[in-house]
Amino acid sequence: MSVGTNGFELRKEIFADERDDNLNEIGKRTRRQDIEGHVTGRSPFYDDHLFDGLLHMRCVRSPHHHARVRRIDTAAAERMPGVVRIVTGRDVPVNLNTLLSLLDFGLDDEPILSEAKVAYKGEPVAAVIAETEAQARAAVQAVRVEWEVLPHVLDVEEALKPGAPSVNPAYPKNAFVYHGKYDHQKLRYGDLDRALAQADHVVEGRYQMSPIEQAPMETCGAIAAQEQNGRYVCYTGTQALFFSLGTASKVLNLPSSRLHFIGGTVGGGFGGKVDSVHEPLAILGTMLTGRPVKFQWDREEEMQVGAPRGAERWYITDGVMADGRIVARRFTGYFDCGAYTRLSSYAIIKGVGHLPGPYTIPNVYADVYCVYTNRTPATAMRGFGITGVDFAIEAHMDKVAETVGMNPVELRILNAYRDGDMKAHRRVAKNCALVECCQVAAEKAGVRLSPDLLAASSKTGGGGARGQLPAHTATDQNGRVEGYSSGSYAQKGGASAPASPAMPTPMPQPAPPPAPAPAASPPVASAPPPQPAPAAQPAKKPARSGAMRFSSLSGFRRR
Amino acid sequence: MTQVETYSTLDEAARAVGQGADYLAGGTVVMREVNAGRAAARLVRTVDPALRTITARGDTITLGAGVTLAQVLADPQLDFLHPVARVIGGPQVRNMGTVGGNLFAAHPYGDFAVALLALGARIQMAGSGGVRPVEDVLRDRAHPSGLVAGIEVPRPRPGSFGFSKVSRVKPKGVSILSIAVLAPHEGGPMRGVRVAYGAMGPGPLRSAAVERVLEGQRLDAATRERAAAVAAEGLQPPTDALASDWYRKEVAGVHLRRLLERMEHA
Amino acid sequence: MAKIPVTLTHNGTERAAFADPGQNLLEFLRRGLGDLSPKYGCGQGTCGACTVTIDGETHLSCLVLAETAAGRDVRTAAGLAKGATLDPLQDAFMEHFAAQCGYCTPGMLVSARALLDRNPNPSREEVVEAISGNLCRCTGYEPIIQAILSVAGRRASA
Repeated sequence: MSVGTNGFELRKEIFADERDDNLNEIGKRTRRQDIEGHVTGRSPFYDDHLFDGLLHMRCVRSPHHHARVRRIDTAAAERMPGVVRIVTGRDVPVNLNTLLSLLDFGLDDEPILSEAKVAYKGEPVAAVIAETEAQARAAVQAVRVEWEVLPHVLDVEEALKPGAPSVNPAYPKNAFVYHGKYDHQKLRYGDLDRALAQADHVVEGRYQMSPIEQAPMETCGAIAAQEQNGRYVCYTGTQALFFSLGTASKVLNLPSSRLHFIGGTVGGGFGGKVDSVHEPLAILGTMLTGRPVKFQWDREEEMQVGAPRGAERWYITDGVMADGRIVARRFTGYFDCGAYTRLSSYAIIKGVGHLPGPYTIPNVYADVYCVYTNRTPATAMRGFGITGVDFAIEAHMDKVAETVGMNPVELRILNAYRDGDMKAHRRVAKNCALVECCQVAAEKAGVRLSPDLLAASSKTGGGGARGQLPAHTATDQNGRVEGYSSGSYAQKGGASAPASPAMPTPMPQPAPPPAPAPAASPPVASAPPPQPAPAAQPAKKPARSGAMRFSSLSGFRRR
Repeated sequence: MTQVETYSTLDEAARAVGQGADYLAGGTVVMREVNAGRAAARLVRTVDPALRTITARGDTITLGAGVTLAQVLADPQLDFLHPVARVIGGPQVRNMGTVGGNLFAAHPYGDFAVALLALGARIQMAGSGGVRPVEDVLRDRAHPSGLVAGIEVPRPRPGSFGFSKVSRVKPKGVSILSIAVLAPHEGGPMRGVRVAYGAMGPGPLRSAAVERVLEGQRLDAATRERAAAVAAEGLQPPTDALASDWYRKEVAGVHLRRLLERMEHA
Repeated sequence: MAKIPVTLTHNGTERAAFADPGQNLLEFLRRGLGDLSPKYGCGQGTCGACTVTIDGETHLSCLVLAETAAGRDVRTAAGLAKGATLDPLQDAFMEHFAAQCGYCTPGMLVSARALLDRNPNPSREEVVEAISGNLCRCTGYEPIIQAILSVAGRRASA
């Protein structure tokens, strides 16, 4: 063990034989390349650009959770001082989109400016452009909207009940449709019901988290202006410059060659600046007025209208043997997507790929729903798709430990995955380290572990029978829906499918077992079924020596 | 959008504040409304230097309405008010916010006013408005009858005044509720007890129930318990984004007891 | 409505520009004078990203009416460096990783400079109180506290 200059420990004795002692950055005081700009105030956030004749855009927003729009009357507002133009849905060339249409994942479901109805409090129905922000504010107040208030639903399980208000016209039953087939994402591995019936204990738990607002110091926004040669320049605080470029191009029906996006200096994002809602409207504003237009959220909008991390509710049922081995785990999960899909559909793909957590459990079953409610649409935040279910899993592990009378750290070491184990998403575990983390945590917390547990290692005890796919996996057609097709991402054959870094890509299996082809579709982008096994591939030296166990870029992704 | 009129004296400003004008003091409340486009079309302010003076006469200290919380903290003769001023806002807000403005700062702000209520402050009104008890000004603050010129604060006997601001975030965090206790005791039983709360009703108010329990008693464990038991009696705290009425009723007694214990051992 | 001429001293130089009626000092500094260092975070006086000093005392420029700053000495983060020479606090922030996204940094530096100008040797508690009106969502505050204490000559560890 050595102590770095910032006082943290480097436990180099762990996995010492895999490690080159070549840490060039960790433990050293390396200056951020942008910090001089930060301390001099010169870092160019999107609003740190001065434009002659800058106009200000503010939106007219729904005060209701759910309502039809009968009429939008802008006459009085148009006459107010400083008002240059009022934009409605009619002005938007392509007024329906979903963020992941960039990857052909999901249906276009969200208007840029809503015309027929609104499905969350704060949803915009018009945008006022005026000479000053104060004038835009005042004119927004003067826009008259006739609303027909509709019943609303704010709870995920209520939203899935028959007769619940239908939130999103693209998904009338309030659930995203996965792969054109099911109203939830499935994970099936082994035979859960049989294993539960044989378990010594059945432990149930219900876990709930609220939406969490990223609350960056800089609010979301963009400034767009005419450039030369028919191009528009857009300064933006987005975290996802290419998402924003692609979305603006589609929504405005402009080739991206006519868009010049400048960004990368973000005053805090934490996942909340990926939805790309500001750039299209700012650019549309400059297209319609011929002048630079700034569309900036104020703090109240950032907190209320800005997409939070979506709330999640998880039901977990474990089948546990008396000695603490977890033999079965069932998840029913509900992601509160809010009114529109955005990234929640994909969050669940990520989350389900993560189940059942870093543990080797031979029977795993998950149904995870992306549920539409009349809440603010959710989006990404730190550990997007994973952190919520991890909270549920780890809280549940403690409950299981209490049930069997084991120390919670012991329970985790016992059930932790080891190198060579088959995981529930049908990939072999490699570069595991949970056992070692538990041992160090126990040491720090003053928890005494038995010699057996202290001797445990991620590198031993895995593989063999644990590395085999289950002999039988029970599958079902629960939640089957009709009338939807999958996007091109789910087409077999590979070549025509876009190589999308956003989707988990297939990993070559070093020693594929003789495959009973799994009866259920894998819960990830379709890979060709495993080919008949050649000889096990020789272990390749990884491209970055010594880095394999310690990096998420494990080299197993196809690049 | 907002027109500002600046007057050299408070009395001129008081005459100019009529229908449809907001009075601008430190700006920590009114400028929020200006920024949000919700303020009145006219703002009236004054640069009268008399508003920033602090004068002591006998046992009464008079603060000009424009005295900032930072000025309070910098003045040793206002030491009994330092625990109050210190927990209001952050340093910037204390440089800007005034003791007069705090009287009109609605929940969840206005903790200095809670302290003034317990201390029995008297409010000097501008022009011919005379001097009024602070509770009258607080009661009428939705429709003020004039501008505040100064605040007369009776200096409490050492060890007789205590203040507690209950907030989740420290050091700067908005208050869930605040408590101010004036309990003069001269080494014997407490006489002339005044107990004031913030956020336990529509505005700063006194707790008759707690005052009845404390009056004439010595401050000891038994008295503290009896006071805590009636801490929320007869009160309807608000439910808002910070806390529910239930929560405020549950914790008022806990924080009251802790404050009284600190005062007993001080 | 007529604009209002406002003359003030900005980082040591006399400057003048026109303010809109009701315009706050933050907007006046950014749009009127072209000083983009103070930032908009809330417009409500809760975040501190707009912190400047007026006559040596920290203020929330989003809550100051621009015209009330006339004739006064206004200083912002952009005025901390003297030409190419950075303020020791700026060096310390860089050294201690006291900025990530950088959006709170100008306001934070102004509050830190105001503290050290009146109290060159603050305790940790005094540093915490001095920056309590400046929110940061990235660093967790500790690197900022360490940076300020290091300039004040204290040990880097609490």
